Amino acid sequence: MNAEPSVRVEDKLYYNRYLVDVGRPHVKVRAHTTPSPQLLALLKACPARCYELNDKGQVEVTVDGCIECGTCRVIGEPTGDIEWSYPRGGYGVLFKFG
Amino acid sequence: MIDERFDAIVVGAGMAGNAAALTLAKRGMKVLQLERGEYAGSKNVQGAILYADMMEKLIPDFRDEAPLERHLVEQRFWMMDDRSHLGMQYRSEDFNEERPNRYTIIRAQFDKWFSSKVREAGATVLCETTVTELARDDRGRVIGVHTDRRDGEIHADVVVLAEGVNGLLGTRAGLRARPEPDKVALAVKEMHFLPRETIEARFNLEGDEGLVIEAAGTISRGMTGMGFIYANKECISLGIGCLVADFQRTGETPYGLLDHFKRHPSVAPLIAGSEVKEYSAHLIPEGGYKAIPQLYGEGWVVAGDAAQLNNAVHREGSNLAMTSGRIAAEAISQLKSRGDRMTAKNLSLYKKMLDDSFVIKDLKKYKDLPTLMHTNSQNFFLTYPQLLSRAMQNFVRVDGTPKAEKEKMTLKSFVKARSWTGLFGDAFRFARAWR
Ligand SMILES: Cc1cc2nc3c(=O)[nH]c(=O)nc-3n(C[C@H](O)[C@H](O)[C@H](O)COP(=O)(O)OP(=O)(O)OC[C@H]3O[C@@H](n4cnc5c(N)ncnc54)[C@H](O)[C@@H]3O)c2cc1C
Ligand code: SF4
Repeated sequence: MNAEPSVRVEDKLYYNRYLVDVGRPHVKVRAHTTPSPQLLALLKACPARCYELNDKGQVEVTVDGCIECGTCRVIGEPTGDIEWSYPRGGYGVLFKFG
Repeated sequence: MIDERFDAIVVGAGMAGNAAALTLAKRGMKVLQLERGEYAGSKNVQGAILYADMMEKLIPDFRDEAPLERHLVEQRFWMMDDRSHLGMQYRSEDFNEERPNRYTIIRAQFDKWFSSKVREAGATVLCETTVTELARDDRGRVIGVHTDRRDGEIHADVVVLAEGVNGLLGTRAGLRARPEPDKVALAVKEMHFLPRETIEARFNLEGDEGLVIEAAGTISRGMTGMGFIYANKECISLGIGCLVADFQRTGETPYGLLDHFKRHPSVAPLIAGSEVKEYSAHLIPEGGYKAIPQLYGEGWVVAGDAAQLNNAVHREGSNLAMTSGRIAAEAISQLKSRGDRMTAKNLSLYKKMLDDSFVIKDLKKYKDLPTLMHTNSQNFFLTYPQLLSRAMQNFVRVDGTPKAEKEKMTLKSFVKARSWTGLFGDAFRFARAWR
């Protein structure tokens, strides 16, 4: 039994507050034709489901819902598949409780 | 501002950073603390249990004003399979004491208060500022930081890296390696709001009494991981975490696991009817003693999660962070008062003081446990919970089977699943790692 299709991450992220740094994503995926196993793992491992496959079968990231955990960095940075930073000061997720 | 020179720059306003900045400022040092969040706490995630002893060492009368949720009077451990849990429960009236030992807290609120104390002590605290890089001289010594706020460097005699588990600056500067997937866990967490009375009734609490449930078993689907449920005043913190390497290997999703945990028949009634107000995620250092990196160097020290100081067995992290931050600051101020420079040789005093504290002693005690749990995760987190649940059911279900036969069935199921050598081996390895 793998990912429950019934879990909608978007609904969960809707509870959170964000200040999105428009046009300055803090995580980037290296251009590729076929995704590495590491990149494919991010489709499932990212808790905010920021990684998705496009129609060419490449992995893309949209950081608007990112909760800045660092999981994708731990998996994807060693192979050079992604570049990972924190957002600029004050931007990104704003936890009320944490 | 930029032209000013500081005695110390502290990166991060979490538990370690606040402890360090407070201690330095109280000892009269000129401190600049930099935090990337909108305010101290706005990026931080924890269960969260606060250990009073370590907090008292920083702010003795914190109970009078800190935003505390509930003091803990009860601890439950649950070993879960898909439909049941086998529990151990410890509750004591002794915990209803004048100066309680453990509290639940809400990190974003607690850190904000803690930070106000750091300011009061005289430190300059700058939020909404991400430190992008360490500044170094031509001999590689750390002399300050670069931030994303303004051009130029800010200089200090020493930089305290209290930047949390990801430790990006330290990695970028080559001071330590990036955390590895099998040395960090990813935890996801939700805040479930309910009326106070409902929480107290469901958990059998009175007034500000609190309770925590730690859960392991099939909820982590054979991965190394744990679930938790903490009662706050008007909300319940609920979450689950597993090693990143296990997520990577199995393709399980963190939110799938969380949802499964929430729907477990033992958990669902506790949160029924609640309103979820936040979903968060964070890494937890799990590598233990063997994962501790170099702790000091020319012009820098590292404390807290950034130094991977976390006791996964006892779920202690914030107290190790607070203590290491405080000890780092004490070492620095000792050097400063003697007029000694912040060289690696002199800053080794920090490591010496930390080695003598409970922080390193505790981590050393369990140095073999993280590897054991990880390499045997199928047994410890899937097979044993199922076996124990079956054993318990054999014991309590009255169905006319003779007791002797029931016991034989239980024993057989254990041996069948793990073999005698497996059982003895596991028990032996576990006892040795725990010793
Ligand atoms: C789900 C969960 C439950 C936990 N439960 C418990 C518990 O019950 N009890 C317990 O004792 N411990 C618990 N822990 C562990 C505990 O949270 C950590 O050990 C503790 O927060 C570590 O403190 P720290 O100061 O080292 O790091 P953090 O609290 O993470 O603080 C780091 C700070 O640095 C800032 N920062 C990072 N990089 C930069 C930069 N480049 N520039 C500026 N600022 C930066 C961050 O924004 C953050 O404020 C839990 C952890 C998790 C994830
Ligand atoms: S940091 Fe965490 S939430 Fe953000 S993209 Fe990476 S895995 Fe997803």
